[in-house]
Amino acid sequence: MRLDAKWYDLRDIGNAVGALLEQINDCGAPDWVPYVVSSLIGVVGILLWTVLSVLAFIWIERRVVGLMQNRIGPNRVGPFGLLQPVADAIKLLLKEAITTRNSDKVLFWLAPIVVFIPTLVIFAAIPFGEKMVLADLNVGVLFLIAIGSINTIAVFMAGWSSNNKYAMLGAMRTIAMLISYEIVQVLVLLGAVLFVGSMRLGDIVAWQDDYNTWLLFMQPLGLLGYVIAGAVEMNRSPMDIAEAESEIVAGYHTEYGGIKFGFFYQAEYLAGFGIAAIIVSLYMGGWTLWGLEDWVPGWLIFLAKMYGVFFIYIWFRGTLPRLRIDQLMGFAWKFLLPLALVNVLVTGGEVLLWQEAGLSAGEALPLFGVVNIALAGALVVGWAIALGHRSRERVAHRAILTNELGAIYYGEASPRL
Amino acid sequence: MTLKTEPFVVNVGPQHPSTHGVFRLRLTLDGERILDADMVMGYLHRSMEKLAEERTYTQNIPFTDRTDYLSAMTGNLAYVMAVEQLCGIEVPARALWLRTIMAELQRLASHCMAIGIFANDCGAWQTPVMHMMRDREKILDLFEMACGARLTLNYMRIGGVSRDIPPEFMPATRKFVREFPKKIAEYEDLLLENEIIVARSRGVGVLTADQAIAHSVSGPMLRGSGVAWDIRKADPYAAYGKVDFDIAVGTNGDVYDRFVVRIAEMHQSIRILEQALDMIPEGPVHAQLPTATVQPIGQPVAPLALRPPVGEAYGRIESPRGEIGYYIVSDGSPAPFRFHIRSPSYINLTPLKLMTVGATVADAIVILGSVDIVVGEIDR
Repeated sequence: MRLDAKWYDLRDIGNAVGALLEQINDCGAPDWVPYVVSSLIGVVGILLWTVLSVLAFIWIERRVVGLMQNRIGPNRVGPFGLLQPVADAIKLLLKEAITTRNSDKVLFWLAPIVVFIPTLVIFAAIPFGEKMVLADLNVGVLFLIAIGSINTIAVFMAGWSSNNKYAMLGAMRTIAMLISYEIVQVLVLLGAVLFVGSMRLGDIVAWQDDYNTWLLFMQPLGLLGYVIAGAVEMNRSPMDIAEAESEIVAGYHTEYGGIKFGFFYQAEYLAGFGIAAIIVSLYMGGWTLWGLEDWVPGWLIFLAKMYGVFFIYIWFRGTLPRLRIDQLMGFAWKFLLPLALVNVLVTGGEVLLWQEAGLSAGEALPLFGVVNIALAGALVVGWAIALGHRSRERVAHRAILTNELGAIYYGEASPRL
Repeated sequence: MTLKTEPFVVNVGPQHPSTHGVFRLRLTLDGERILDADMVMGYLHRSMEKLAEERTYTQNIPFTDRTDYLSAMTGNLAYVMAVEQLCGIEVPARALWLRTIMAELQRLASHCMAIGIFANDCGAWQTPVMHMMRDREKILDLFEMACGARLTLNYMRIGGVSRDIPPEFMPATRKFVREFPKKIAEYEDLLLENEIIVARSRGVGVLTADQAIAHSVSGPMLRGSGVAWDIRKADPYAAYGKVDFDIAVGTNGDVYDRFVVRIAEMHQSIRILEQALDMIPEGPVHAQLPTATVQPIGQPVAPLALRPPVGEAYGRIESPRGEIGYYIVSDGSPAPFRFHIRSPSYINLTPLKLMTVGATVADAIVILGSVDIVVGEIDR
């Protein structure tokens, strides 16, 4: 069922905005007025939503990780500690924004802004509902990748301008890490774009709706690669080596305090939401859910999926240890990159087969899904073994138990776990 | 074209999330690679060894809590053993068994922290350490039952222990001993087999058996390097000669092996506890002390203080971190003439440079975590 596009049909807030714009047009306003009004509504809407989401998720993350860690989490400010993020935000706003003496003042001030804006701009191209997209770009995926990379520059600005050694180390790590994972990210997204034949995010969602499937079944390798590359881009555990707390204190934002730190903090969450939104749009059917979008507003479905994906990242953070930088980069170049290349090759072959052999979607897509999932499983396991995953140096073992006092055991085989 | 680069000095500590206190590590880096590592100690120096020379032997027991504060029982035990040796006091059997039980409970508590903090240093953002704190709390509850304190226990006395255990202690400890192996199995599932932990710790911070012996390293670090050495077996004290247990050794001497050895030692501690709870006899928990009744001329007034004969003694035990020894010289007065602590944390740290040079910054933190230092013990 298509939407009937009445202004009161809140299943798509785009309808109400559209109706408002028509009213303005009817009043005989000049052409530019509806443009300005619509973009203002979009920008204010997204800003409000992001700020509220971030505040909510700070609380959710702290409570959830608290549960995982056998403790309570914030529960003092307001009911269930719900006002804790608000209190923290007020504290950050009121704190003195210190600029260290030997820092590069301009860059030091600029970095939090530069890190914040691109993460916000990502949401311009995300379709929250059928008509709820602020900038319906026909190169949406490319735009997201391009904007996502700006973060790197800002992080490096912060680390370099702080004139702090930990910050410097964090910045160097970020550059090395993001350059590696940017390539993986582009290649895995290429798979999805190949399948659909469009870079417009709305088209990708519509394609999944039309064929009644999710791209994650067609692109399991792509999803795997993007989830991991996304964790790197949003700097979250186990890939948080740029701000690895146990190693380099706070990484690139060691010297930041007050609202400047608040910007980094918020940008981290926003980047997380951005990655989750991209995963939902590209791989999980966006605002559609097999007909449920006729009854429930599409944007609610979208947000539910997005928060669900972000929750997985919280889960990562609560459970996984951190990798070392060389291991993380080795993982990108030796593991994810070859798999992403294979994924592009296989996807290209499948799309060609689909077009040339004249298969119907009902025949082709289940076949591709089964083939791709089986291939993904086989490739991940096979490639890991080929890289030495089960070799003696990498397998968990137990201690040797002995009663022979003073004996020396050196280089002997330990009992396997 | 090569860029001209120069080494980069980073001070890890004294204020740093992963130095476990106020330990300072001065790293010279080439990018992420460590070229040189210097240790700077002394930020927590409290002059305990000198202060102890001004106090009576009994008054010194609380000091020993505060050196290795994660393992107060073993500090107590090593000290009172040295004094008993000096005075030739026979400790009643029940007190010896109680000491064994307490020392093993303390080893479990300390290893819980060691493993948890090590996982934290690997970047497992507090989750393992929180779970291990939960299980350590149960041990601390037992300590609270026995002596009223949880951290600085002050339980051992010269000639025995401060008081007998209350009746509810034995059932509670039995319950704990029954349940704890499940927790250890949980740690093994979650950490020992964890792909990232294995990747982070295998082949990192390797200390060969020869190097370990040359640096006089002891405890899980020595055993991780493959040397089957344990003072509980080599020089049995308390009731360790009567219980049956194995020495856990690693083979590669890397960070992972130290971790594996600690896990295996927790199993062995449970084994010792099971036997000790069955074998503990009834009886007194404190020996009669030979206290001076005559006030010697020219000495400070301390009529009932213990005055060991002139001489020296060294009491050593296997603490969770290694060989902890108290060297005491008596001049016949109520206070020790010399009081020296051979602290395992300090001596285990000496090969740190050997282990860290050539590794990365991230490795250095993990290696430091695997040594399991307590800064209170390094600086005294």
